[in-house]
Amino acid sequence: MIANTSPILSVEGLAKTFTLHLHGGKVLPVLADVSFAVMPGECVVLGGPSGAGKSSVLKMVYGNYAIADGSVIVRDGERATDVASATSAEVLGLRRHVMGYVSQFLRVIPRVGAFDIVAAAARDAGAAKDEAEARAADLLARLNLPERLWTLPPATFSGGEQQRVNIARGFAGHHPLMILDEPTASLDTANANAVVALIEERKAAGAAFIGIFHDEDVRARVADRIIDIRAFAAAAEGTLSEGTSSEGTSSEGLAA
Amino acid sequence: MTALLKAENLAKRYGARIGCTDVSFELEAGEVLAIVGESGSGKTTLLNLLSGRLAADAGVVSYRMRDGALRDLASLSEAERRFLARTDWGFVHQDAREALRMSVSAGGNIGERLMAVGNRHYGSIRDTALDWLQRVEIDPARIDDKPTQFSGGMRQRLQIARNLVTHPRLVFMDEPTGGLDVSVQARLLDLIRSLVADLGLAVILVTHDLAVARLLSHRVLVMKDGRVVETGLTDRVLDDPQAPYTQLLVSSVLAA
Repeated sequence: MIANTSPILSVEGLAKTFTLHLHGGKVLPVLADVSFAVMPGECVVLGGPSGAGKSSVLKMVYGNYAIADGSVIVRDGERATDVASATSAEVLGLRRHVMGYVSQFLRVIPRVGAFDIVAAAARDAGAAKDEAEARAADLLARLNLPERLWTLPPATFSGGEQQRVNIARGFAGHHPLMILDEPTASLDTANANAVVALIEERKAAGAAFIGIFHDEDVRARVADRIIDIRAFAAAAEGTLSEGTSSEGTSSEGLAA
Repeated sequence: MTALLKAENLAKRYGARIGCTDVSFELEAGEVLAIVGESGSGKTTLLNLLSGRLAADAGVVSYRMRDGALRDLASLSEAERRFLARTDWGFVHQDAREALRMSVSAGGNIGERLMAVGNRHYGSIRDTALDWLQRVEIDPARIDDKPTQFSGGMRQRLQIARNLVTHPRLVFMDEPTGGLDVSVQARLLDLIRSLVADLGLAVILVTHDLAVARLLSHRVLVMKDGRVVETGLTDRVLDDPQAPYTQLLVSSVLAA
């Protein structure tokens, strides 16, 4: 039984640099030497001001951002995969079975209804049809999405309603490692509470969480540990300090 | 994983001009690969090399036959290649008129591919055609109408039915939604997306539309001047492009 005594996620020496080829090849070093580990059943929250690179860390872990240096080891049972050197197919496999991700915005698929979006996420993660539909109904109900909206595509929903569909979709796969990028940002207190309850339940079942929460109350309730990302700020180098930023590009837009 | 299709150092010249050069990649079963780039970047040349419609000047395309053997396409006889093209492969053209027989009924267009693989029973061919019309959302009552009486979107859906009726494992698509109205595009994209997932198809898709690549593909190849300038997981390439040309391509789009 190594299951609960070794980290499900180990980040070592992770670095992120943006090279802006359209702006004279300007190099924006954002993060250097980010190292931490997340254990099953633990919720680690990334802290620090916006623009510090919190989202960049989550996106690198998920394989959505390129990794400039270092490793992201994700454990799938007995097997460990380094996202930094994994093939596209391996990353997609991890996303199916290990890593779930809730972004701040729902990327809408034309014509597909809310219920089907959530059920499809469960099926992608390996749930049978009945089980997937049961999970979708349970999650949408818990997140207070009115049942009359379930068959409708979320394109016309309000921001908060879309975000609840997004959260339901992210939680439907029952992934052992959940990555949350401000999931409660556009939610009222009742719905934020529903999300906290979901996180606590999954933690108790052994799921690990890494996330960003700006709401201090939510953060205090879910976090086992807070890592201040400013500790990993990269030293400014390259052409960044040469004062050529007249076009107004800032690292905040990219890294936030 | 064993590759379904493998390209090694493919090259094609048109006189002094490079069609494409130095292209190597592997495609797995069930994987959707998008080839993106502007017109003249060599993406259609590459698609035609991969599908055996154009002979390469250099390099090898191999395909895993149903018996499990990986065969060099150039080593197949003309009869073997034709058989492959009408059974195990599909080819969806931008202009359905290139693929459909415009003077033959919708049912006949679907049935023709079945007859080409030896199906001779009129009743069962018609039943299968009716079933496929429904799957591509064409009213089965239109089975005896000719494609000349269909709208652009319907023709495209008929072309897809004609391709998929023989249960191919690999489908080539050249700008499948090009030239259609936006609302028609959305419906067609959603249909393609669900059919590809349900049938576990591998797809090589050429598109200049990054939103289409994002919606349909797992992985992208970005081409410029006949060369692959960047490749990777679709959302990684679109959200954190590394090559100067990919950054230009992504930043030139209003919303992808």
